Amino acid sequence: MLRYLIEKEFKQIKRDFILPKLILLFPFIALILLPYAANFEFKDIRVVVVDNDKSSYSNQVLNKLRANTSININYIEDSYTKAMELIQEDRADMIINIPSGFEKDYIVNKKSNILIAVNTVNGMKGSISAMYAQNIISDFSLEKNSSIQVLNSPKMEIQPLYSFNKTLNYKFFMVPALMVMILTLICGFLPAFNIVGEKEKGNMEQINVSPITKPVFILSKLIPYWIIGAIVISIGFLVAWLFYGITPQGSIFTVYIFSFIFTLAISGLGLVLSNYAQTYQQAVFMMFFFIMILILMSGLYTPFTSMPPWAQTIGSFSPLKYFIDVMRCVYLKGSNIVELLPQLYALLGFVVVVNTWAILSYRKKN
Amino acid sequence: MDDVIVVRDLTKRFGHFVAVDNISFNVKKGEIFGFLGANGAGKTTAMRILCGLSRPTSGEASVGGFDIRHESEKIKKNIGYMSQKFSLYQDLKVWENIKLFAGIYGMKRNEIASKTDILLKELGFEKEKNTLVKDLPLGWKQKLAFSVAIFHNPKIVFLDEPTGGVDPITRRQFWEMIYDASQKGITVFVTTHYMDEAEYCDRVSIMVDGRIEAMNSPKELKREFNAENIDEVFRLLAKKSTRKEI
Repeated sequence: MLRYLIEKEFKQIKRDFILPKLILLFPFIALILLPYAANFEFKDIRVVVVDNDKSSYSNQVLNKLRANTSININYIEDSYTKAMELIQEDRADMIINIPSGFEKDYIVNKKSNILIAVNTVNGMKGSISAMYAQNIISDFSLEKNSSIQVLNSPKMEIQPLYSFNKTLNYKFFMVPALMVMILTLICGFLPAFNIVGEKEKGNMEQINVSPITKPVFILSKLIPYWIIGAIVISIGFLVAWLFYGITPQGSIFTVYIFSFIFTLAISGLGLVLSNYAQTYQQAVFMMFFFIMILILMSGLYTPFTSMPPWAQTIGSFSPLKYFIDVMRCVYLKGSNIVELLPQLYALLGFVVVVNTWAILSYRKKN
Repeated sequence: MDDVIVVRDLTKRFGHFVAVDNISFNVKKGEIFGFLGANGAGKTTAMRILCGLSRPTSGEASVGGFDIRHESEKIKKNIGYMSQKFSLYQDLKVWENIKLFAGIYGMKRNEIASKTDILLKELGFEKEKNTLVKDLPLGWKQKLAFSVAIFHNPKIVFLDEPTGGVDPITRRQFWEMIYDASQKGITVFVTTHYMDEAEYCDRVSIMVDGRIEAMNSPKELKREFNAENIDEVFRLLAKKSTRKEI
């Protein structure tokens, strides 16, 4: 019985005008485009310098700024007011204001100030820009200290050791997680819309008067999307490797095992929603509502651990959270399945709960 | 003869609205039973209860010897159903629809294949075997839907307004198919709006406002109401209706 139903699903998907193209294209487009959109590296920070000192020291600061690849000195203005106008017109991101007497103060008083004013409409960009500027200036000050004060105190230097993502490339962090999102969209939305579509067309009634049992019906919807999920994630692996040279540090089989389990969980969730939705409109809206929350609470864009505890509690009910964890661990750290057992149990828990719910909430009778 | 459908005091309420009001009737094996009534009289609701698609509020009924409350899944193995809304898969081919539903009812693969060819021949559909169902004309679709509904040789077939929107010639052919099914011993339970079709039934019941107001063979009904045809009987009874059309 099940075989006939699965055969039917594939025939329908194959004959659909849009679905097969979308299933194949979506992972490509999403993985090629989105990593550039979800970019938290700030380059080309537009700086306006107000140099009131015009001394050798202020020139050295400027040269140091120029040498930095993340910073571009776009303007050099005479007054702070003019510089501020540039910020207001969104032609610059940061003002570096060197006061007159900068050099003199530094030599005579061993102390001098530079003002950094940053546009923090985008808080993260603002604080990172300020940090860059601070680093450059303290670098300058360190050099001066070691040359002027020969009898200075012991110097302390911090040397960070970057683990797992040595080049600090955000793509290594985002690409594995984006694969999870693609899988969620395809394998969560499609089965839900499939069932609601059959309800609207009247096919469901014909199924409901037949002796198909509930578990068989749910499996007949689950298995096709499980297979599609495997195809989609494979395309994802391929794109990550071809376009970004990203391959898992750990075993690819670990990733496959987890993606199989995850697909069952997310398709099951779609099936649950479709059992409650009577129309396409309801289904679309419900899916968006849940998928938005699941994605944003999962730590895809923002670190999960920096959410407040109550939000983390809510987020821990998102299967995406666990699978994103797994993807990043396997891709970046090379974790194996034993190290990922907590995530494995969590995802298996989702599969059982969600699919039992899907079977129970599917009503052949009203 | 055995009664394959037994209905006793069946009632279905939706809130305060009584869709089916305490109806009782029996249908004999092999009979063509016409279930007549105006729109909103409660025909479809009653039929859906018998098919196990809806739960009754009160009353008892058995279909094919199985209780509708506790054995609805067993009933489903023994019935065929054709709904008002065309419910075959439009994006599947003719043979694929037949195969799918035959498979759902547990028929064997080679049995399906051989029976499909016989059926397509009978219907004169040999050329349409590979046509997508959505590309068939409505009358053909309805014939196919009926054929699929009885393909697994059920004890009873439920037809909900099967000839709605179909031209007179196709309707005629459709009724010939119903007769054939009945000859093979399949009990036919059919709702319709067309009173000429009622004349083809062995027995008809006429529902008004959720109640069965008359039930007999077409001949007896005409005599009872001193009418020339079933249409007249229906008009006499439907006048009593106080329910607005839904």
